[in-house]
Amino acid sequence: MSRAILVNAIRFLVLVFMQVFLLKNITFYNLSTPYLYILFILLLPFEVPNILLFVLSFLLGLTIDAFYDTPGLHAAACVVLALVRILFISITVQKDGFDNEPEPTLSIMGFRWFFTYALVLTLFHHFFLLNLEVFSFSEIQYTLSRVVLSSIFTVFLMLISGLLFFRRKERK
Amino acid sequence: MRNLLIFITKYNAFFLFLIFEISSLLIYIKYNSFQKATFINSTNKVTGTLYTQVSQFYAYLSLKEVNDSLARENAQLRGILKSALYVDTIEKHKVVDTTYKQQYTYIVARVINNSTNKRSNYITINRGSKEGITKDMGVICSSGEVGMVVDVSEHLAIVQSVLNKNTRFSAMLANNKEIGSFIWGADLDPKKGLLTDIQNDAQPKLGEQVVTSGYSLFPTGIPFGKITNLHAKGGGLLLNVDVTLAVDFSKLEYVYVINNKFAQEQTDLEAGQKKNE
Repeated sequence: MSRAILVNAIRFLVLVFMQVFLLKNITFYNLSTPYLYILFILLLPFEVPNILLFVLSFLLGLTIDAFYDTPGLHAAACVVLALVRILFISITVQKDGFDNEPEPTLSIMGFRWFFTYALVLTLFHHFFLLNLEVFSFSEIQYTLSRVVLSSIFTVFLMLISGLLFFRRKERK
Repeated sequence: MRNLLIFITKYNAFFLFLIFEISSLLIYIKYNSFQKATFINSTNKVTGTLYTQVSQFYAYLSLKEVNDSLARENAQLRGILKSALYVDTIEKHKVVDTTYKQQYTYIVARVINNSTNKRSNYITINRGSKEGITKDMGVICSSGEVGMVVDVSEHLAIVQSVLNKNTRFSAMLANNKEIGSFIWGADLDPKKGLLTDIQNDAQPKLGEQVVTSGYSLFPTGIPFGKITNLHAKGGGLLLNVDVTLAVDFSKLEYVYVINNKFAQEQTDLEAGQKKNE
């Protein structure tokens, strides 16, 4: 339990640092910008209580907002992400099929499940984030292409980080 | 009552979602206009310090380009020194110049946080109220127009750059002085802007400079960029032209904040006039 807290705290700091000082400066033709920090919410353990999940998402969003100068924007998108995560997991995962502290990582859940999980959640988050940022329907076509291309970039980075921290022995 | 409680606990995710979503949207709507002071932005203590530290490191990586641009500017300034001009009268006489009075002074600042890929872009600089920066001052760099100060803390300030959907500056064509207003184009291109509302008989030419008019925070004649397309869409009865920006916002390093010494006097005078009406 305490190990899980430590790992997630470190993950929080590392992801926020990467997002703010590295990924913030990366963009392709102003269309594709990665928002890798949401990986923190994706990788929280299955058993995390709903209230804690929402509080953590909200805090993560506010932290990113402080650096991006957009108070509330990322927080709102992250809270949406938390809800989608709860729904997705309740539909696709049976809770009692696991022994000790399972996490929704690539190495435990397998490629197919993790890929769908990451893609669906990222699409929801980016759709909400970018539309809320622009806040008008007149540029909807441009915004949607930004959503799709950014999601591809983000999911790509998630899969890479999943493979980097792949632990074979845990897989059954 | 019991049924209600059971209902709420069963669907607790949804109710928690409502609470947090509403509170974050409230924050977003309430604080997102930069006129209101908020602690969740990059002038606060923690984020400001972090950004300053990291930008000191980044500054090393671009020393070469900064040196080049400084040298170029020095050369240009040397060109307009008195000593660079040829004196064609032999008689020497000293004139105490009372015609000119200093109207604009410049404060140099380093960019410590910058973005170009959002709908509303802001720049954070490392000078604040302690160095005499106040809200609504203009900001330029050696190649042209950058933006306007919108928020100040003790040591840092936030500049709303030209690449922002709320930006609107008074601009004119360099040759025939036709006035229009300058905004950022709709397609989020960090290299393009739009000069709108020019009179139809102005006849702008391709490649003509677009500069600041004297009606804004800036001295006259600071370049925005060059005209690249005479028939931009929109505009209706008036003319719109596409402008390629003179400043490369993704490589911004040092900027100058303009202190207009008559700004206070002007706003006071105009406010007084309004009160009289």
